[in-house]
Order: sequence, then structure tokens, then C-alpha cells
Amino acid sequence: MIAEIIAATLKIVLVLGVVSLVVAYLTYLERKIIGHIQMRLGPMRVGWHGLLQPIADGLKLFLKEDIIPSRADKIVFVIAPIMVLVPAFVVYSVLPFGPNFYITQVNVGLFLVLAVSSLGVFGIVMAGWASNSKYSLLGALRGAAQMLSYEIFLGFALIGPLMLAGSLNLQNIVQAQSDVWFVFYQPLAFIVFFIAALAETNRVPFDLPEAETELVAGFHTEYSGMKFAFFFLAEYANIMAVSTVGIAVFFGGWKGIPGIPLPGLVWYLLKLGAIIFVFIWIRATLPRYRYDQLMRIGWKFMFPLVIANIFLTGLVKLLFL
Amino acid sequence: MADEAGTTESNGEGSAETEAPKTPPGMDLRNLVDAEFPGAVLEQSAYEDREDEVTFVLKVDYLLRVCEYLRNHPAASFKILTDLTAAHYLENEEPFQVIYQLVSVDHARLLRLKMKIRDGQEVPSVTEIWSSANWMEREVYDLFGISFAGHPDLRRILLPEDWGSHPFRKDYPLEGRGERIYSKPTRKESGE
Amino acid sequence: MLDVESSQRVERGPSTVPGTEDLVINMGPQHPSTHGVLRVILKMDGETVTDVDCDIGYLHRGTEKIGENITYTMFIPYTDRLDYIAAPSSNLAWVQTVESLFDWEIPPRALFIRSMVAELSRIASHLLWLATHALDIGAMTVFLWCFREREMVLDLFERAFGARLTVNAFRLGGLFQDVPQEFLDDTRAFIEIFPSRIDDYETLLTENRIWLQRTQGVGVISAEDAMDLALTGPILRSTGVQWDLRRAKPYAAYPFLDFVVPVGENGDVYDRYLVRVEEMRQSTRIIEQCLDMLPDGPVSCKTPRTIKPPAGEVYHSIENPKGEFGFYLVSDGTETPYRVRIRPPSFINLAGLKKLSVGGLLADVIAIIGSIDIVLGECDR
Repeated sequence: MIAEIIAATLKIVLVLGVVSLVVAYLTYLERKIIGHIQMRLGPMRVGWHGLLQPIADGLKLFLKEDIIPSRADKIVFVIAPIMVLVPAFVVYSVLPFGPNFYITQVNVGLFLVLAVSSLGVFGIVMAGWASNSKYSLLGALRGAAQMLSYEIFLGFALIGPLMLAGSLNLQNIVQAQSDVWFVFYQPLAFIVFFIAALAETNRVPFDLPEAETELVAGFHTEYSGMKFAFFFLAEYANIMAVSTVGIAVFFGGWKGIPGIPLPGLVWYLLKLGAIIFVFIWIRATLPRYRYDQLMRIGWKFMFPLVIANIFLTGLVKLLFL
Repeated sequence: MADEAGTTESNGEGSAETEAPKTPPGMDLRNLVDAEFPGAVLEQSAYEDREDEVTFVLKVDYLLRVCEYLRNHPAASFKILTDLTAAHYLENEEPFQVIYQLVSVDHARLLRLKMKIRDGQEVPSVTEIWSSANWMEREVYDLFGISFAGHPDLRRILLPEDWGSHPFRKDYPLEGRGERIYSKPTRKESGE
Repeated sequence: MLDVESSQRVERGPSTVPGTEDLVINMGPQHPSTHGVLRVILKMDGETVTDVDCDIGYLHRGTEKIGENITYTMFIPYTDRLDYIAAPSSNLAWVQTVESLFDWEIPPRALFIRSMVAELSRIASHLLWLATHALDIGAMTVFLWCFREREMVLDLFERAFGARLTVNAFRLGGLFQDVPQEFLDDTRAFIEIFPSRIDDYETLLTENRIWLQRTQGVGVISAEDAMDLALTGPILRSTGVQWDLRRAKPYAAYPFLDFVVPVGENGDVYDRYLVRVEEMRQSTRIIEQCLDMLPDGPVSCKTPRTIKPPAGEVYHSIENPKGEFGFYLVSDGTETPYRVRIRPPSFINLAGLKKLSVGGLLADVIAIIGSIDIVLGECDR
């Protein structure tokens, strides 16, 4: 019993540590890739080619003065970043990184991912409300509306593959793709999933809650120091989590292409890198949608599409399988 | 600095009116206005008889009617009020001039209207005729202290609301605040 | 004009929904997309803008008053500080206004160089506009690509006049000195690569669906309303009115040059974008012609040691990148002007913001401010 607890704790610490570090280096990756797309070098000063930049940024954020606006609701203001960060990390408990590399397996794994990750929006609303600032409030309102709606499309887009796999356990879903990745069976679902994932993680072209040229910084306008870092970490942790879910459900998780002997973890990391590169590439290319357009795309275009996809999958499964 | 102000505006107008054989520029517009509103144009001038510098000095009472007429008449069609400003001639009997620069896109020509007013005299606002006058009249009010009757939103625009004086008047010296007779500013004055 | 409820600033007031209040948002003067020190007070019903008021004057330096107290030549550097994005254009407006008081014969070489530099400054200004406008709408890569080329233009200015931003390019009667041959070579090199760079920006934006959705049908204004508000420059041309002072009242070397004045149809943010992008291409053509036709000879006519124009008043305006930039100048025959009035395109175009943006969303206001293309140095003077 005790040995199990120790083992589990070690795993959690390991995953959390690695995730935090990877998340920090995601910011570096993003700055480098965008830099090169924009014909500049990105961070170059701290370490070789700026490799220590994320560490320096982290240290800076730790050491910064912690400002709480005098007219803010202090308790909620402090809780909000934690409310955003915790669900972002809890999600990792059921994600499959390799054939034997995961914290735990739950038979409702995917369901748990969706349920926990949707808690993050509470933190955003709380942050916007507690800041007592109009920009924060508008950002939080936008964030709440956007994340709640796109949560639905995200969930519905996953139902198609689920019907094929017949399980909510993420490891089983990965195993079900031994022959063909689900992205080839479910291209529509993948497109909707990817768009919803962009919106869910507040990425360009759906970065309205923190649209810097409109709302300064949206819901975290008034945050600084470590609290700001929490929002930042949570955002990138969410990107990685949602990418991992996408890989597990559509791209065969840690399963590689037959014939190329590489460990499962390496396959997973390769796929993760590819997806995150697309995230960053999109950020460097596209402008931002407007609030009403975002909602219109969601409810008038994506929603019928996912419903049709579920219906079609069910029909095909009933008739041919 | 403002010593020779008086000589300025008398220039040009004389030469344009007296030279009989050559028609001064802008006569077609002058005739247009005179036919409808006789006596509205007090003076007419143009710098070196240039077509683009035609200037009519208007009687204040006629301003709105003439402006509307010039805007709507197809032969004039001055659809754009491109500039509205003022000038201060300290020693004149009517020290302020309000200057309207009109542009006709259809005929590719310019026309300048002018009004001479006394200090404190209200000028009718042309915002009803050209919306662009809104901010420019506010600016003239701000910097020269000329009030425009019928302006929808007459308040300061460039200076803070509590500035209290009008710096583009000629009796407003370069240092210090407030209008007064010009004298060489001393350290003391520039303080407040 | 839209009605203003009182002579006060935008204030909290009852909303259309009973029992609620409209939100008053103070945007600027420290805001990422107000292009300087513009402060906009927005009254909003949710995300919909119901009233707009601009608070300007943070950069007011009394330039007109300064001009009335210094000589004609001394005022040239002050015009740099008006539209500092395209300083040579402001210089050109001033020197031409003063020259119009005289009957000087400006040498043709000076005229061609003036036109060429004015067009370079138009490119520099439009590049800055495109960069920030795209960034406002969220396309961040265009920003850095545009700055790459703007940098090249500024280097050209430095080569010719020794300064990059406030160039003080022209003198009364012509130029201070002839431009070096390297400047002409570099300019030719620049215009050879520049059209392909414009293609790059257009690849990212012109047919981008999101860009179209964000700009088409946003901030629409009719030709009639645009003239009523005295909006000039690309905004007026985007409504379909072919009014370009380079054509309507040709100055410098423009009578000898062949170029197209691009016009739009719908008068929305997208058409303003198209007009400005096409203007950059036309500017490239103009520069090329200037280089080909550049005559030899002196670059300045004989001017008196002290500039004392005859008494009189003139109004002269040129086509600045932002619109009609003019000077109303009253001379009393002394060494200093009696009255200097700057006709500022940004100031007057900004007055149209209310008309353009009421009824739109907050994000539209950002796009519209970007599409007006203001520079506060000249707006506040």
C-alpha cells in the first residue's frame, strides 16, 4: 500500500515536473518559431541561442512584486489563478504518454479530461470579476462565452472516434487505432476538434478573451508576477493537454508507424511537436476573429457539422460493422 | 510681433477690384452669390490673382445662407469644408477673422470665405451644413475664444478644460499663461 | 451627425435594457492600439458601441503659434514633428506654401527629387499603417515584415539627408544640397525588390477569410458623408471619389509623372486597405519614373538671404499619405509669418471616428481607428 502511494507520488512529481519544464520551453519554442517566421531570431541572449530564456523569465516572474489592485476582491483575486492552473494540471493524470508511461488509467478517462478542463473557465470568470476592471470583465465575459460554447463542440467532436473505439479509457482508444488512425475515419471530427481546441485554449485566431489590441490583456490585465505566470503556465499546459488528447484520439497516441522501431514516448513527442508547431504557425499567420463571428462559426457551422458526423458514424457502424 | 497686422488684409483686394480690363478670378462665383444675396460679399480678393486663392469677405448675417447656397448650387458645389480657422489682428476694429476654406471636387477649385468679427461676437455655426466643422469650430473656440452659435458640442478640444485662456490670440505671449499686452516675459511670469 | 446628448463628455446613462447601465470604457491614452496618445471614451451596450468621444491634445505643442514667431526657414524642422511618420511630406507642404508667395523658379532636378522623396515617405507611412493596422486585427507577422521594408526606406532618408525620422529634407527654393549618387542607386535597388514584398503582405491578408470578415462591411461610409466630414486621402478615395491633389492640383514633378489614383467602391475598412496597398505600388512606379527622368542641373534656385515674402495670404495643400495636408499662411511682409494654420488630415479624419464606429463592436472600433491612419503629432500639433 505504502509502496503504491510512494510510486504514485513519484510519478505525479515526475510528470508535473516534466510538464512544467516542457511548458516553459513551449514559450521558448513559440518565440523562436514565430521569430524565424518573421525574419528575426527570437531570444538569443540568455544561454546558447537563448536556451535559458524560459528559466530567466520564470525567475523574473517569481521575483516580481505581487500587486493586488486596491479595489479588487482580494480573496477571489488570489484564488482565480489557482483555479485556472489546477485543472490544467489535473488533466495530465489520465493522459497516455507511452505504453507504460501514464499516472493512472481510468475507464472514464476522456470524460474526466473534458470535465476537469472545463473547470478552468471558472478561474477566468473569477479573475475578470475580481479585478474590478472593465477590460478584465469584458475579457472574462468573452472567455466564458467562448469556452463554454467550444467545450460543447470539443466534446461532440470526440464522440465519433469514441463510437469507433467503444471505450472512454484513453489507453484503450489508443489500442483501438493499431491498424488505422481515427483521423482517417473521422476527418470531419478532427477538423472540428482542432478548431475547438484552438478556441478552447484561447489561441489565435480565437484569442478574444485576451485580445491584446482590444482588451489590453483581457481577463489577466491586472495580474502580475507569479499570479500572471500561473495563467501563462495554465494556458500552455492546456495547449499540451488538448494536443495530447487529440493525438490519443485521432493520431494513434504513442503508436508509431509500423516498421520504424522507436519507443512510444518518442512517437508521442514527435506528434506533439508537430501539432504544437501547427498551433504556433497559425498564430503567426492569421488575424483575429471578432466576437460575434466566433459565435456564429461555432453554432451555425461547427455544431451542425459535429451532429451530422455523429449521425453518420452511427449509421455506418450500424449498417456495416 | 503683431505690429504690422493691420496692413495685411488690405493687400490684394484693391488690386483685384480696380483693374478693370482683366476680370479678376472667381467672378463667376461672385456673380452667383450676388444674384441671390446682394450685399453679402463685402470684399473680394485673390493673392496675385490666382484662381485658387479667391477670397470673399462675407457679412456675418449671410454666412449660413451663402454657405448652404454654395454647397448645393451645381455651379459651385462646394461639398467639402476642408479647413476652418481664425486669425487675430490685434489692432483692427474687428480683430478676428474666421476663415473657411471650401473645396469643390466636381469643379476642382477652391474658395475661401472670411468673416470679420468683433471680440466676443458670436458666429453662426456651420456644423449643420458641413459636419466637418464640428471639431474645427471647437478648435477655434479653444484657441481663439470665438463662440459658435448653434454648435452641438462646443467645448475645448486640444487644451485641458480648465485652461481658461486662448493661446492663439496675438496678445497671448510665448511664455506664461493668459492674454495681456505683450511685454518681454520675465522669469516670474512664466511660473504659473 | 449623431446626436450628442449634452455638452458633456460621454457619461454613464441608462441603457436600452431597463434597469441597467451602459458600460463606459476609457481606451487610452495608454492602450496598445490607439497609435500614440489618443484617448477614446466608448459607451458600450455589451460589446456594441453606442457613443464615442475622442480626447485629444496630449501632444499639443502650439506649433502654429511657434510658427508665427520664427522665420520661414526656421519652421521647416517643426514640420518634421507634425506627421513624423512621413516627415518629408510635411516639409514639402510647408516649403511649397512659402514658395507660392514668391514667383521663384524651382529647378526641375529639385522638383523630381522632391516628388521622389515624398513618394518614399508615402511608402514609409503606408508601411507603418499596414503594420499596425494588421497587428490591431491580430496578424502579427505582417507587422515585422512591413518594418523590414520601412527600415530600408529610412536608411534611404539617412543616406540622402542624414536623418531617419525627422529628416528636414527640403529648403525654400529647392534642396539644401544634391543627393548623393548612392542614394539614387539604393533607391533603384529598393524599388526593384519592393513590389514582391507587397505581394508577400497581400498573400497574408488580401484573400484571407478572417481578414475579409474583419474588414469588409466594417466602418462603411458613403462618398456624400465622407465629403460632409471632409475626410480626405485614402478614406475619401475608398468611397469611390477620385480626389487626389497630386492630380487635381498638381505640384512638384507630378504633372510630368504617370500614375493611377486607385479608388474603392464600398468605403469600408477593406477598401481603404486595398487603396493604400495599391498606392504603395503606384508610389513605386512614380519613384521609378523620377529616377529615369531625373534631370541634371542645380537643386536650388537663387533665394534671398532673408526670406521676406510680400504681404498676402495663401492656402496650399498637398496629398500627404494621410490626406490633405495644407497650410494657410498669412504674411505681413516681415521675416516671420503672421499666421500659420496647419490643415491637419489626421485631426479632421479622426473627427469622423464617431460616424464610422457607432453601432459597431469594440473590435470594429480598433479596426476603424487603424484604417483612419492617424498620427497624433499632427493631430494635436
